[in-house]
Amino acid sequence: MTVLTRQNLGSFLAKQGILIAFVLFMIGFAMVNQRFIAMDNISGVIRSSAILGVIAIGVTFVVIGGNLDLSVGSMMSFSTIVVLDLHDKIGPGLAIPAMFALTLLLGAFIGFLVGYLKLNSLIVTLGMLSAIHGLTLTWSGGKNMDIADKSGTWFSFFGQDRIMGIPVPILIFALLAAVLAMVLSRTSFGRKVYAVGGNGQAATFSGIPRARIVFMTYLISAFCVAVAGLLQASRSLGSQNTVGQGLELQVLAAVILGGASLLGGSGTVFKTVIGVLILGFIQNGLLLAGLDFYVQYMVTWAIIILAVWLDIAAKRGHLWSPIA
Amino acid sequence: MNDLQPVLRLEGIVKTFPGVRALDGVSFDLRPGEVHALMGENGAGKSTLMKVLGGVLAPNAGQIYVAEKPVSMTNPQAAKALGVVFIHQELSLAGELSVAENIFLGELPLKSFGRVDWKKLYADTDKILKTLNVSFNARTRVGDLSIANQQMVEIGRALTVDPRAVIFDEPTASLTDAEKVVLFEVIADLQTRGVGIIYISHRMEEIFKITDRISVLRDGQYRGTLNTAETDEDKVTQLMIGRSLDLSRNVSHHEMGDIALEVRGLSCGHLFEDVSFNVRKGEVLGFYGLVGAGRTEIAETIFGLRTPSAGQILLNGQEVQINSPIEAIRLGIALVPEDRKDQGLVLGMNCKDNMTLPQIGRLTKGPFVSDRAELAIFDKYRDKLDIRTPGWRQSVGNLSGGNQQKIVIGKWLSMHPEVLIVDEPTRGIDVGSKSEIHNLIRDLAAQGFAVIVISSEMPEVLHVSDRIVAMFAGRVMREFTSEDVTEDNLIQAISGLTGDKAA
Repeated sequence: MTVLTRQNLGSFLAKQGILIAFVLFMIGFAMVNQRFIAMDNISGVIRSSAILGVIAIGVTFVVIGGNLDLSVGSMMSFSTIVVLDLHDKIGPGLAIPAMFALTLLLGAFIGFLVGYLKLNSLIVTLGMLSAIHGLTLTWSGGKNMDIADKSGTWFSFFGQDRIMGIPVPILIFALLAAVLAMVLSRTSFGRKVYAVGGNGQAATFSGIPRARIVFMTYLISAFCVAVAGLLQASRSLGSQNTVGQGLELQVLAAVILGGASLLGGSGTVFKTVIGVLILGFIQNGLLLAGLDFYVQYMVTWAIIILAVWLDIAAKRGHLWSPIA
Repeated sequence: MNDLQPVLRLEGIVKTFPGVRALDGVSFDLRPGEVHALMGENGAGKSTLMKVLGGVLAPNAGQIYVAEKPVSMTNPQAAKALGVVFIHQELSLAGELSVAENIFLGELPLKSFGRVDWKKLYADTDKILKTLNVSFNARTRVGDLSIANQQMVEIGRALTVDPRAVIFDEPTASLTDAEKVVLFEVIADLQTRGVGIIYISHRMEEIFKITDRISVLRDGQYRGTLNTAETDEDKVTQLMIGRSLDLSRNVSHHEMGDIALEVRGLSCGHLFEDVSFNVRKGEVLGFYGLVGAGRTEIAETIFGLRTPSAGQILLNGQEVQINSPIEAIRLGIALVPEDRKDQGLVLGMNCKDNMTLPQIGRLTKGPFVSDRAELAIFDKYRDKLDIRTPGWRQSVGNLSGGNQQKIVIGKWLSMHPEVLIVDEPTRGIDVGSKSEIHNLIRDLAAQGFAVIVISSEMPEVLHVSDRIVAMFAGRVMREFTSEDVTEDNLIQAISGLTGDKAA
């Protein structure tokens, strides 16, 4: 048995801290409310995590490539409003591809600015968060968007139906996670994403087209946002202009919880999915514990700080360092 | 006062890093009022010694004496408090702040409530500037000064304490001739005040102009001290390089092929101008010169990382346009870059992934990367280059410098390039791996590769090259064959001394 000195206790806490915190949360919640570990609650948590999860998978590519994407929440509001609006105008069969095309266009624009013009991704996507919000309001005229005939459309399939008893959003989440996990871990494109994020200069020196790879990560992120917008619109068949507000922070929290480094070059789709679920269960637990839903905003922030701190602590081997 | 008592003395300093004995019992003394040159090749241990002296690194053994009192330099502040100050090669000034703030950074004179005593700050600074005889004043913004004047600010910083010993590290690297004269005056002035000066430089001309004694380090060992007046460049070089060089080794015994790469009148702004050379299949062409002579920039231009402002690049007799590394790689040009960690490797990736990175797009089966194809390449070059790693999953960041460099070399060899450019092949690599990499470069030439080796180490460039291009300040000074090269004329060529320019 290893001797538990203060130092390796610190190092252990730093490495496993997030898991320990999660387990403590879970035990605490289960004691406060038995319903927390009921099967239908667990399934419900996964289902309501699907939208967050789908986006987080896309952002994982961006983060591994060494950049950030803070525009995803705003972009999802856009996708949701656009597809709902077009549903009644051109029918769901055309509205869905049209919405995907427009969302991918936004992703391409961001990818161009960050990849080819090499602008700072924090500034670009923070700006796009605001710009896309403006775009959405312009599109909708500031009004909520609703489908006229809510019961007579097959559009509700993506958000509300089940296949063999499993909710469709969960299936889409799982399918997307599986496909993109393969893309990231098994294709040459995936390898190049890791190389560009791990050491962009070395990637350039190895003949990897850095700008194009970064561009592609934003396209993937936008594609995932479009899928999430579809799920959201299909579930509620009506939406406010701000439906995705604040999502970017939760997505980032999930990706970081999953262990992807904000410096790029590390992380996996699977780990991000774990991060999404941790976040989902904690938020669900807070609700079941009788806390108001807005408490989750503060808790999410606290979790991000905890995750970032533990990530740094794990790298330097102790929790606290007096020098920078 | 005893003038012969050294202001600074080092005794038996030992510093080891994992796998390397960077300093091996170095002893050295500095007298008041003398300028003492410290010489040695890159990697000889000069900078490690200075770090020990400056309190940045703790020695494993040995003792430092200041004014014959044993001291321990636990941090840079301790060194400064003892009157041992450094003028670094790389300026570390805050460009947005004034000269005064820079000179007294961290020790600004204060009034009550932590307010800065600006009056005293400017007065103290002007006092220091007066002794340096400069044209700017305490309130000048540092960012507006020339490099030479910024260096004066750096020197001014050293004078805030009463210095016993001042160490100059390559101070003239970026100075014009006129600026050098001013610097030498300042040094002479410090001398008359009884300050000991350690002067680190590669430039023989300067060394013989201003120093009193010359101490030489080689491979981490102290090789002796010479009185400047009683020696000459030959003796110093001999001491620096040590062995009488076995030049027979660098004659290729195999047949050379056609010209693989030819460069005609290549220029890139003021980085290098009108550079012409060629390299044949089966030949090793060495590039020798000081840091900043433009060698790396030439390699980067050929590799498509920089756009030339004039000139032609010909590959196998055909003129080519190379606009990016992707195009260079497609044409069969490979570059093992100068900075292994920043440019050569993705440190967080494993050995296999690093090695196959440039050709990963080709190693696919269906949509996915083929593990088998990747491992075939990795295994082949691990065996061929004798890369010692616990396995392909090992992250390259955990390998020794020598093995890391072999991964970078393997990465390019597996692409079967026409021309292989190796920039500083053994920088930061231990002595054993060094000779392995040298042999490897010779082997590659014997196998018919055209190899260009850029190096700042003379023995290395002499050892591996069939021909040597000597560069100074962005220009080719002279091209040597293995018959006509000597250390002397090589040093002269890279120092900008015209010497015998017989063709």
